[in-house]
Amino acid sequence: MIDVVDVSRRYEGDRAALDHLSLQVAEGECLALLGPSGSGKSTLLNLIAGLDRPTEGSVTVGGTRVDRLGEAAAARYRRATIGLVFQFFNLLDDLTVTDNVLLPAQIAGRPAAGSRRRAHELLETLGIDRHAGAYPGRLSGGERQRVAVARALMNRPPLLLADEPTGALDTASGAEVRKLLIDLHADGQTIVLVTHDEVLAEAVATRTVRLVDGQVAVG
Amino acid sequence: MSAIRTVVRGAQRRRVSTIVIVAATAMAVTATVLAGLLLAASSAPFANAFAGQHGAHLTAFFDSAKTTKDQAAATASQAGQATGPFPVAATGIRPEGLQGMPFTALRVVGRADPGRDPIDKVSLLSGRWARTTGEIVMARGDLRIAPGTVVSLENGSTLTVVGEARSISQTAQAWVTPDQAAALGQTGWQMLYRYADAGTVAAMTAHQTALGPAAQTQSWLGVRDDAAHRTQLFVPLLTAFGLIGLALAALVIGNVAAGTVASATRRIGVMKALGLTPAQVVRACLVQALIPGMIGAVLGIIAGDLLAVPLTADVADLFGTVPMSVTPWVDALAVVAAVLVIAATAAPAAWRAARLRTVDALAVGRTPLSGRGRLAARLAARSRLPRPLSLGLAQPFTRPARLLAMLLTVAFGTAAATFAIGLASSLRLVQAADQKPATSADVVVYPSRDADGSVPNPGAVIAATPGTGSYYGRGPADITIDGLREAARGTVTTGDASAAGYEMLEGRWYTAPGEAVVTTGFLTATGKHIGDTVTGTGHGPLTLVGEVFDGSANNHLYTDVATLPGLRAPFEWYVKLTPGTDRAAYLQTLTSRNLMAEATRAEGADGTLIVLNSLTALLTALLVSVAALGVLNAVVLDSRDRVHDIGVQKSIGMTPKQTAFMVISSVGVAGLIGGVAGVPAGYLVHHWAVPAMARGAGIRLPDSTIDVFAPTLLLTLALAGLILAAAGALLPAGWAARTRTAVALRTE
Repeated sequence: MIDVVDVSRRYEGDRAALDHLSLQVAEGECLALLGPSGSGKSTLLNLIAGLDRPTEGSVTVGGTRVDRLGEAAAARYRRATIGLVFQFFNLLDDLTVTDNVLLPAQIAGRPAAGSRRRAHELLETLGIDRHAGAYPGRLSGGERQRVAVARALMNRPPLLLADEPTGALDTASGAEVRKLLIDLHADGQTIVLVTHDEVLAEAVATRTVRLVDGQVAVG
Repeated sequence: MSAIRTVVRGAQRRRVSTIVIVAATAMAVTATVLAGLLLAASSAPFANAFAGQHGAHLTAFFDSAKTTKDQAAATASQAGQATGPFPVAATGIRPEGLQGMPFTALRVVGRADPGRDPIDKVSLLSGRWARTTGEIVMARGDLRIAPGTVVSLENGSTLTVVGEARSISQTAQAWVTPDQAAALGQTGWQMLYRYADAGTVAAMTAHQTALGPAAQTQSWLGVRDDAAHRTQLFVPLLTAFGLIGLALAALVIGNVAAGTVASATRRIGVMKALGLTPAQVVRACLVQALIPGMIGAVLGIIAGDLLAVPLTADVADLFGTVPMSVTPWVDALAVVAAVLVIAATAAPAAWRAARLRTVDALAVGRTPLSGRGRLAARLAARSRLPRPLSLGLAQPFTRPARLLAMLLTVAFGTAAATFAIGLASSLRLVQAADQKPATSADVVVYPSRDADGSVPNPGAVIAATPGTGSYYGRGPADITIDGLREAARGTVTTGDASAAGYEMLEGRWYTAPGEAVVTTGFLTATGKHIGDTVTGTGHGPLTLVGEVFDGSANNHLYTDVATLPGLRAPFEWYVKLTPGTDRAAYLQTLTSRNLMAEATRAEGADGTLIVLNSLTALLTALLVSVAALGVLNAVVLDSRDRVHDIGVQKSIGMTPKQTAFMVISSVGVAGLIGGVAGVPAGYLVHHWAVPAMARGAGIRLPDSTIDVFAPTLLLTLALAGLILAAAGALLPAGWAARTRTAVALRTE
């Protein structure tokens, strides 16, 4: 499903966040990207999500050359293909839980009634339907991350990208999110997971790739 | 102090925001300088200009056939201060090469350097003073001849116009060197006097009497009254613009300052976490707002002083005074006002930031204060509007103070535009009234003589010419009226002159000899009312049957020529052709019958109207630009505050177009409500200022010249608020759309 070929990403000063990295992810797989800070994990996730472009190499997701997409096409690609979960949730604090979850569907111009049904289902499935009318600021970290996952799944994306999804959570909340990801993967969701958390990676991932200095670590 | 410097420097690193803050402050200070100049120029313009030129309280002319130079000079002892005698000549001039144009009679005074004399320090408006014979400096007035023009004199010689100048005391129509005055054929001497007691008619009459019967004198009181007439005409206009400008500038600067502090709250939180005390926070915030504000203020002063040159020239032309030079006190006041407004608006924000718990200060940078705007967000989310639009519409409610400031900014901009458009329309209609005879007819026939010297009867010829619809004749006549010191300017007519289409303010058009319609100026001068009768020599009693609006402020009377038996007025005939008549063929027919005829044409706008229009356009453009920059600044601040949210929205699929649309629609509420509120405000200012201007000019305007706003125009103007706001949001919308998602997500 994902084909990253000889990708490099250099920033100002010629520092390489990724250095000629190649990687494939199959459909239904759950890949965990591990590595120390600055190893290039988040950069790789950004390239797959079309949030950033490689300096060299190609990134293909579901047959789409993501590295060649312009900003508008990349946005449409994300709507259709990608669900993103961030470490710090990135929920909009002035929208209710439901409105946050609905947002991807509304931006994509999906019919309102169908979207509401889908949002309700997701909130129910993720066990946060009682907070539907609440604002994110009132929820615990774990609950906020569940909302973020619900939002990521709103448009039924074939690929879920999660960047340190438990990084900002306490142990109990982290465990909740871990179980959620296991369940999603069990339902066939393709997941790429960036984490420092070896326990999470071991529990959820079907494969683990370790990055060091922008390259896949050998051994 | 270094911690404060860190906060300030950090904020300045936000280059785009800083540029916008500097630009908005600069524009607002420019508006303040110009508004201050307008208010200063509108405050006793004649008195100030008269004092500046050390004007002559009394200007005396002594006929050189009766009074010697020494005798004229000896009169100096009767005044507190005197200057002269200067040689005076009378001549007729016209620009060289315009043989068909009649000579204009001028009283020319020979003064070596009128700008340096102790009294009547004439101001040079353009060019230079006459240095030698063959040169002339024209007084700025009705006859405008540009420097460099060669003028022919009646005696066949020529002079070169080398400058244009204005004497507030109106002591001459032109100046030459004393030698040139003598060469033109000196007719007398001019003496100029100033007195300690010159404030009353009685005092001035006593001074005039003391000079003896040989002196022809002009009192400054008469000149002052004429100037007051012009001043009163334009003061409401300039005052309105000045006050709108000041209010708008204060609003924009205040919003900029408060926004600057608010946008740095998170940075302040970090610095507090590292040990910055509340007092240091307040100082840092104030310095941070003041630095770009002061840079903007300095740039604004420079721009204001540059723009003041054309502006004060226009204002001086309107008032008949001399342009104000750059006024340091206005500049200084503008800077002080800007600093005070910045400090006053930044201080509460700084105080809030200082009192904010560090942890909250750290959180505030990412999202707006929680709780505000949630209702709007909920309603917007439930609407059927496209999501980027509904997100944008709800967004400003998270910062109600900023929304209010933006709304007021748009309202002021729209009010200024509404007022300006209304004023231009009103003035155009006033000008159009003056040209009614030409615009309501197809052909005008001028008085002419047959080759044998007999006057043909154009009326009979016109009546007999095929294609004539209706026609009437009109001509000038001075009509004496008991109670008026000078004869009224009259127009006598024959035929149905109501076809000229003048609007009646009261009563009706005359239908028989012995009836007359008059202007407001006539009623004011005579103290009469419609229905009254006036008498005078050369005519029987005249019943005033109507008050007419002819676009002039003059004391004017219209009546049938038969009212004045024996009057032979040179008539112009105005002809309305029957539909389908070929005007060219009609004119040819009249010409073949020895009549001078041509198609009617409206004259261009007069000089005052052109000056007014250019002044109004300049001020409106400035105010609308200030308003747009105010919006731009507010949207830049908002976009910066929400850049992380924008990144989130982009990460879940919002396209650049949708992002731009969302940012532009975030000014929709302010634009719409501001526009809707600004239009009635501008409408009310127009409905106050235009009649006030007319009253100052001694005229009454018909409702049609004041009710110039058609519903569609008002609607368009209300929508203009939306366009103004959208224009201000365009740049930040572009920036938001172009911002890379990954960068936006990383931004705090």
